[in-house]
Amino acid sequence: MHGEKGNMETFSNAPNSVTLKPPVASIGPIGWARKNLFNSLFNSILTILTLYLIWKVLPPFIRWAFVDSLWYAASEQCKAGDGACWSIITRNIRFILFGFYPYDLHWRPLCAMLILFTLLGFSRNRKNWNKHLAYAWIAGLLAMGLLMKGGVFGLKSVESTQWGGLPLTLLLAVFGLTAAYPLGIVLALGRQSKMPIVRVFCVLYIELIRGVPLISLLFMSSVIFPLFLPEGVTLNKILRAQAAIILFTAAYIAEVVRGGLQAISRGQYEAAESLGLGYFLTMRLIILPQALKIVIPPSVSILISAFKDTSLVVIIALYDILKTTQSMLSNPLWMGFSKEAYLFLAVLYFLGCFSMSSYSRKLEKDLSAGT
Amino acid sequence: MKSQDARATPAAVPFWNDPKKRSLFYQFATLCLVGLLGYYLFTNTVTNLRRQNIASGFSFLQKESAFEIGESVIPYSAADSYGRALLVGALNTLKVAFVGILITTILGTVIGIARLSSNWLLAKLASVYIEAMQDIPILLHLFFWYAFFYESLPSPRQAICPGAGIYLCNRGVAFTIPEAHPAHKYMLLGFLIACVIVYFLRRWAKKRQALTGNYFPVFRVSLALLLGLPFLSWLSFGAPTALNSPKLVGFNFVGGLTVSPEFIALQLGLVLYTAAFVAEVVRAGIRSVGKGQTEAALSLGLRPIPILNLVVLPQALRVIIPPLTSQMLNLTKNSSLAVAIGFPDFVSVANTTMNQTGQAIEGVALIMAVYLLFSLSTSAFMNWYNKRVALVER
Repeated sequence: MHGEKGNMETFSNAPNSVTLKPPVASIGPIGWARKNLFNSLFNSILTILTLYLIWKVLPPFIRWAFVDSLWYAASEQCKAGDGACWSIITRNIRFILFGFYPYDLHWRPLCAMLILFTLLGFSRNRKNWNKHLAYAWIAGLLAMGLLMKGGVFGLKSVESTQWGGLPLTLLLAVFGLTAAYPLGIVLALGRQSKMPIVRVFCVLYIELIRGVPLISLLFMSSVIFPLFLPEGVTLNKILRAQAAIILFTAAYIAEVVRGGLQAISRGQYEAAESLGLGYFLTMRLIILPQALKIVIPPSVSILISAFKDTSLVVIIALYDILKTTQSMLSNPLWMGFSKEAYLFLAVLYFLGCFSMSSYSRKLEKDLSAGT
Repeated sequence: MKSQDARATPAAVPFWNDPKKRSLFYQFATLCLVGLLGYYLFTNTVTNLRRQNIASGFSFLQKESAFEIGESVIPYSAADSYGRALLVGALNTLKVAFVGILITTILGTVIGIARLSSNWLLAKLASVYIEAMQDIPILLHLFFWYAFFYESLPSPRQAICPGAGIYLCNRGVAFTIPEAHPAHKYMLLGFLIACVIVYFLRRWAKKRQALTGNYFPVFRVSLALLLGLPFLSWLSFGAPTALNSPKLVGFNFVGGLTVSPEFIALQLGLVLYTAAFVAEVVRAGIRSVGKGQTEAALSLGLRPIPILNLVVLPQALRVIIPPLTSQMLNLTKNSSLAVAIGFPDFVSVANTTMNQTGQAIEGVALIMAVYLLFSLSTSAFMNWYNKRVALVER
């Protein structure tokens, strides 16, 4: 490499040298297009076909979504126009986001969500990962619960049956994952255990849960779970759905953590043993810190699917953001604008998932570079 | 001195420090805990069931169901039993899964290859598709397509006709199909026979090539067989060309093949969502085969198609098949969301049954059992396949 560079320098520094520019067709936009779009007959045909398709789809869509669209109009005007009716969102945004939460108390779920987003944003940077952050999370989650529930410090109490919209979606996802993670770790350790009975129970649980759809667990939580409880004891619907999501997610986390445990070499176990550490100390001090670091990226993808899966609570009639949108669409005033409403939701979910997945990619890069 | 004494008498380990006894104790404790929890839940359930006068057991399966099912592969009416209704649901789930898996595999493979294309525009488009579709919940996909059918498509009278014999309207899609004729049965038979012949032909050709080195054009002969036998049986029945095209009678189409909007919305949602994941799987599989492999095959003088067949695919498939099957299983499990848009799949029928009989435990148990059956049989197949393609190491 060094020699080459030296040669190049002598050439360019040589007197009387004529600098020839590369041909126009191989540099600049034209060269780029020739290299990346028209480098063979087949590719040229593909490019032209794709361009034609885009030209057919994109301009009408832009026209519908942005040029002819109405943003703040009443529903009558919307029905008369032929563009997108975004006013279905702008006029109902508070119901979509907060559901049946008392109208004048909307600031409370809003604050709860802001706390959550602040914590998430702060946790993005790996330098901040320390004990203080963990305490901040615990305090933040408590504060969120208090804000939602009320009943103390002069806050009016709001029954959880009235919770809904985006806070409910986030609540189910965040609490679902934080509670499922320890359970998943225990299950993974149980599956790797040398004790046959413990192992059999863990394998049975993990395979059973992974074999059935989430919706069957949600059905179980909504119709069977009340039968499990002794007479007179009831648990509210959100908690039951939350339990179903936790039990479901834990099985998937267990498999991810198992992957991490299997990646730890035998030498680590043997070294811990030779230091005289027992099982729990070995796991806590030697194995888990390494294994959990390996499985951070796949854990984020589980977080993403948990976030998407919270939408299934629609089927047992919980008012998450999808259900509030649907019930708004059943209002005769706004009937027939499902496309706009669902596109808006799709964008919301996309933003959430995309930020998580791009973060997971960045993390993967950092972690692989660090070791 | 003291430590040496301790080492000299190893029998003095107290029983709570003996790993074997301790492990036995832990296992016994786990067993007791799980047993107690199970017993507690069981007694609670029994008391609750008795208090609410809910029957238990599976005898309701023989009772008359008294509800209609929108679409069914086998004959069914409201007078049939719950058992048959559930069978109809299970067959509908299988139908959705089968069609969905077929289309998803094709679409996912195409998008995965497009993602790796040297064509910048196509690769970007494919990656945008993959990212966007993966990040939208499947239920939202289903609701969107269902609403699209009901709100954006015209009534049957103003049905859109995108191609000859196809009608799109808010009652579904109506296709023109060939008029039923006994020849079709024999065409299918011919096709199946051709499949069997091709299977043995391949084995024979491989064996012969290994023994003598002579190459047999398997692909061309197989293609000729697979197309030729059905064509011959079609000809031998006088080449029936009668078509059964859908006609507008009253408010809906009659005749032809009508596919309900629920089915299409379900398929669109499942396929578009899962294809994004399949595309990623395919891409990873193809990327896993090093460039050197292709170059080595080229230097051996192989042509592009044998390279794909003999060098790249056997290695890529080993990477692709396991995650691909789990995606297929996901599709099957996600098809249970059909209940949200009113397609009568197994969960939807079981849900109706639960509501009518009040026997929720049996209903949910049936749902879980059916899906477990699907996933266990899939993982059995996976284990068999993995064993077959596993690298034989020396």
